[in-house]
Amino acid sequence: MSKLILNVSPHISGKRTTQKIMLDVIIALMPAAVASVIIFGWRSLLVIGVCVCTCAASEFLFEKLCKRENTVYDLSAVVTGILLAFNLPVSIPIWQAVFGSITAIIVVKQLFGGIGQNFANPAITARIIMMTAFSGSMTAWTSPQTSDAVSSATPLAAASKNITDSMPSYTDLLLGNHSGCIGETCALALIAGGIYLIIKRVISWQTPAAFIATVAVMSLICGRDVIYQLLSGGLLLGAVFMATDYATTPPTPFGKAVFGIGCGIVTILIRFWGNLPEGVSFSILLMNILTPYISKITRSKPLTGGAEA
Amino acid sequence: MRLKGIRIEHKKNTAERKPVRMEIPETVIVPMQMHIGKAAEIIVKKGDTVKVGQLIGKAADGLSADIHSSVSGKVAKTDEITASDSTKVACVVITSDGKQETDETIAPPVVNNFESFIAAVKKSGAVGLGGAGFPSFVKLNVNDLTKIKYVIINAAECEPYITSDTRTMIDKAEFVFKGIAAIRKYMNVRRFIIGIENNKREAIEVMKKYAADDKDVKIKVLPSQYPQGSEKVLVLNTINKIIPRGGLPLDVGAVVINVTTLAFIAEYLETGMPLVEKCVTVDGTAVKEPKNIIAPIGTSIRELFEAAGGLKCEPSKVIYGGPMMGIAVPSLDEPVLKNTNAVIAMDEKEAALPKTTPCIGCGACTMNCPLRLDPRAIAKAYKLNDKESLKLLCVDICMECGCCSYVCPANQPLVQTNKLAKRKAASLNSKPSA
Repeated sequence: MSKLILNVSPHISGKRTTQKIMLDVIIALMPAAVASVIIFGWRSLLVIGVCVCTCAASEFLFEKLCKRENTVYDLSAVVTGILLAFNLPVSIPIWQAVFGSITAIIVVKQLFGGIGQNFANPAITARIIMMTAFSGSMTAWTSPQTSDAVSSATPLAAASKNITDSMPSYTDLLLGNHSGCIGETCALALIAGGIYLIIKRVISWQTPAAFIATVAVMSLICGRDVIYQLLSGGLLLGAVFMATDYATTPPTPFGKAVFGIGCGIVTILIRFWGNLPEGVSFSILLMNILTPYISKITRSKPLTGGAEA
Repeated sequence: MRLKGIRIEHKKNTAERKPVRMEIPETVIVPMQMHIGKAAEIIVKKGDTVKVGQLIGKAADGLSADIHSSVSGKVAKTDEITASDSTKVACVVITSDGKQETDETIAPPVVNNFESFIAAVKKSGAVGLGGAGFPSFVKLNVNDLTKIKYVIINAAECEPYITSDTRTMIDKAEFVFKGIAAIRKYMNVRRFIIGIENNKREAIEVMKKYAADDKDVKIKVLPSQYPQGSEKVLVLNTINKIIPRGGLPLDVGAVVINVTTLAFIAEYLETGMPLVEKCVTVDGTAVKEPKNIIAPIGTSIRELFEAAGGLKCEPSKVIYGGPMMGIAVPSLDEPVLKNTNAVIAMDEKEAALPKTTPCIGCGACTMNCPLRLDPRAIAKAYKLNDKESLKLLCVDICMECGCCSYVCPANQPLVQTNKLAKRKAASLNSKPSA
């Protein structure tokens, strides 16, 4: 008779795996990816493809080199690739996209121990590095359906300089019919993705809700156009997909709310009083750094019935 | 406040089938340890003739329980078997004569006060039949009876597959309420709460029908969320009180007793027949005809499966109890114990667990811990040998329900580490710190 398996309980396991979670995130990113092709043309697909392939290849080769277990199958590198591409202008030179992808996976993720161990969001951090390194091409915004790569301002840039005539209508903001990064413009697609992730319980609503609400309230207090602040720039992309990254954000609902509020405040500070038109990336990176402390303070209290051991 | 659990597939395939009594096996192996505490002492020897219900193992001092013969026949030998926790346990092997003659001394016990009630419970050999195996007479022997505000009857049966408690409520409802009456009479308790998960409609109906005539009994229908039947969760969800760290339900005025244990005690008071047989749910993907089987204690698992139509294939894993907290057994020769409420045989597919992948920090473990522990932090402190942190993280209150491991998308061995960490933290308490 064959031997019976002996192990400690539990003897069954839930159906959810890291790979399935990442697959859900990819599915949630698809509407925005499709929208980006419609808005900016086929080149956006090229940029997404380059970032995804480079991220996956970097992860594979680095793990091979370090004799670590191969984790490409968990699809997290693919998610990073898509997110990074979403944060780039469509006219970005390919070699710069490759550079950014390698930075995200090797420097930000793998050098800190790989999936789950990195303290900062790889896509966000790589984007910030690229903003500093390639400030020209990173801010060369393309108007929808034109090949003119330098003429247009993003709505946020326009709003901060009060160039009212170049500001798109609310409908255009919702549909994404304005200049900006590949994946950040179509608000409807991002909202759809966010709803999908919340329904599938991949992310919890606390982070995006706290983030978006903080931005809305602060914009209102400062007398800005709230809808513009919410629908333009990288807010939705950041709040739904980047501020909800597991490893770099707190685990409890309260911790997530604190994280989201912090992101909102920093975003507004940069948008209204900083030199840059956009602050979502910096706010998430800053809050990533604070995450261990937020997690510690907001850790749920075990139910001990008040008794000390 | 209500404690939330996790939703898992119920698989209560056998709930609607009336239990069947299996044929008496040729031999039974009766271990002397089917309870928490010290092993009972064997009082028969090879060649002795025994009858059903005859005392063959005498309870040791303290936490221990009497053990009785489940068949009539001859003692073939006294031996040792390897129990599922790989310790050696003394046992009595009895060859059945097939007559099932009852021991002459079996008679309903004379009970007229608390002391004689406890003595009767002790003589019945009753232990926690929900799986814990805690000697019932110790649990019920409360020094100060005025401390008991509630008796909570645990009928949650939250593990997948298991339906033996469900069948008790449907088939032995009368005894459940006779048990309640006995506790009311001899222990002077006025409030009884039967906690049942809402997936047991028939049982709830039957219990409600009986409870209609008894204003002291309340039926509390609970959501079907694992681990609803865990003592701490059940107490919180029925009387809204948290059992303090390191404490007992009695600290919040409650005694928790499993519904089958209660029904058995009532039956014993009426018949005087001690605990010699057990209704066991036999199920799992490798079992041909899943059903509840009434088996003499000491029946080998192999024969139990034969009574359930045999096995579809070589099982890859066999467990005592449910798949969340059950214990994997090393061989099919292991016997049915007093506290065996189910035996599950899994085929290769069901027994396969997903591969462990790196933790992604999703926090599902801590968000799904009924007691709000942080298994990730506990695992880290355990690996660092940081006993102080383990204490601060309250690992000692972990009830080992396994929700953390179940929900983990990386399939990390979280509850498994918690179990080890509990021991490590306990070793801190036993040694004075330098």
